[in-house]
Amino acid sequence: MGLNIEKIRADFPILKRQVNGKPLVYFDNAATSQKPQIVIDAMVDYYSNYNANIHRGVHSLSQEGTDAYETARKKVQTHFGAEKSHEIILTAGTTHSINIVATGFTNFLQKGDEIIVSALEHHSNIVPWQMLCDRTGAILKVIPMNEEGSLLMDVYEQLLSKKTKLVFVNHVSNALGTVNPIKFIIQKAHSVGAAVLIDGAQATPHIKPNVKELDVDFYVASAHKLCGPTGVGLLYGKEEWLEKLPPYQGGGDMIDQVSFEKTTYAGLPHKFEAGTPNICGGIAFGVALDYMNSIGFDSIATYEKELLDYATAELKQIEGLRIYGEATEKTAVISFNVGNIHPYDIGTIVDKLGIAVRTGHHCAQPIMNFYKIPGTVRASFAFYNTKEEINSMVSAVKKAVTMLS
Amino acid sequence: MLKHMSTIQEKQAEIVSEFEMFEDWMQRYEYMIDLGKELPLINEKFKTDNNIIKGCQSKVWVHAELNENKLEFTADSDAIITKGIIAILIRTFSGEHPKEILDADMSFIDQIGLKEHLSPTRANGLVSMIKQLKMYAVAYQTQLD
Repeated sequence: MGLNIEKIRADFPILKRQVNGKPLVYFDNAATSQKPQIVIDAMVDYYSNYNANIHRGVHSLSQEGTDAYETARKKVQTHFGAEKSHEIILTAGTTHSINIVATGFTNFLQKGDEIIVSALEHHSNIVPWQMLCDRTGAILKVIPMNEEGSLLMDVYEQLLSKKTKLVFVNHVSNALGTVNPIKFIIQKAHSVGAAVLIDGAQATPHIKPNVKELDVDFYVASAHKLCGPTGVGLLYGKEEWLEKLPPYQGGGDMIDQVSFEKTTYAGLPHKFEAGTPNICGGIAFGVALDYMNSIGFDSIATYEKELLDYATAELKQIEGLRIYGEATEKTAVISFNVGNIHPYDIGTIVDKLGIAVRTGHHCAQPIMNFYKIPGTVRASFAFYNTKEEINSMVSAVKKAVTMLS
Repeated sequence: MLKHMSTIQEKQAEIVSEFEMFEDWMQRYEYMIDLGKELPLINEKFKTDNNIIKGCQSKVWVHAELNENKLEFTADSDAIITKGIIAILIRTFSGEHPKEILDADMSFIDQIGLKEHLSPTRANGLVSMIKQLKMYAVAYQTQLD
């Protein structure tokens, strides 16, 4: 079923604004998505009507807040297909989630053990593992990529061995949009007894993953890329893994009994949720998932594919334009450069024309080094974007190229 | 080309009046790109990682030499707009005494329609460029004292 884009756009107040005197064309969705009114209202409603700390007070407000927060957790559970709600840890976002796992694995690794990551990773997906390797003496191995931006699965299979303890790959590359074959990656890792953590930050706005079907050990994502607020995300972990992992932070809410001699920790999910959580953010995350599901991920995927194909064809008309990342399976992201023009120059000019794209290395310098470029211009689309907006971007890029050549 | 007797303020006023001739941002950017083409280029041997200004999305290299108590700057960048911006800064500072450079007020940037580049978080790092040029002035000022 086709989407009613006009109706959808009316849900997003920000899409009405102008930038530099031009209607905003927001193509930086891979950095963060815009928020529909219903999510904004949920946040205002929480603070206006039932703000209280949760999981403690017996008073009514605290109870209402706790119910709303735990309802949100159930929504996240259902959305991601987790078996149990306590397998969903609500965190501050993807980076926080990754660090919980990376820090926890310090206890499980020995010198000479191996961690496999992919060449398509974002900096926040490289650094925590380097730190883990520094702490434990484990070795970081990298699955290489090819020119079109796909990971080399035959090399991956060769890298796997009994020494492999953890495999970490993003579901979708932020810089190129490549959809990685995570099901295969997970199966192969399990065959050598390694755990798998998948970063879904870039995938979840476009794809509805099912953690149970994937049989993944850990899956992480951020609400803000899914029409939700910043500062909230999830760590899904299989119960057995979450039981094994030590707590990440000490504080309130994560304890069972405390004395100066000994503290026992609370059960899941609270063991990993020290301190007052982002209550408002968590509740709004649930609302955002409801909103996305009401539109439907199948419809979103079909429509975004249409936008991607259209934009790819239109951009390719520009002489000297090269697209980086042309994997067969990719989300609605186009990374490109034109001739030798610096991406920053193009970004600056198109911004003046109201077009918001990302320029730079996208926190993925290894990918830029692979292509030997300083960065790219990246246009990333969402279900509320239109072909008319793509036309505006294409003509803005053409204008920029004329000025800069 | 460089008018050594004019003060920084006079040169800034001159740049402002040049930019005022243009009606829209596009022409101003085109002019800036042209100014970038006239940038006194840095000697290749100074294009080292040490001379890269941090905080810019594009690469910017700057070098300074003291000549009869006046500083002369050369620079380069891999992005054209950044080249224009650094060219404007260098035009105001080159041929001036380090002390004058240190004391220079840079609010003329507002007046040439580049205000948005002044934000410290802006990726082109105009603020870092100004800071770096003034750092050279500090270093040479200490030598002169």
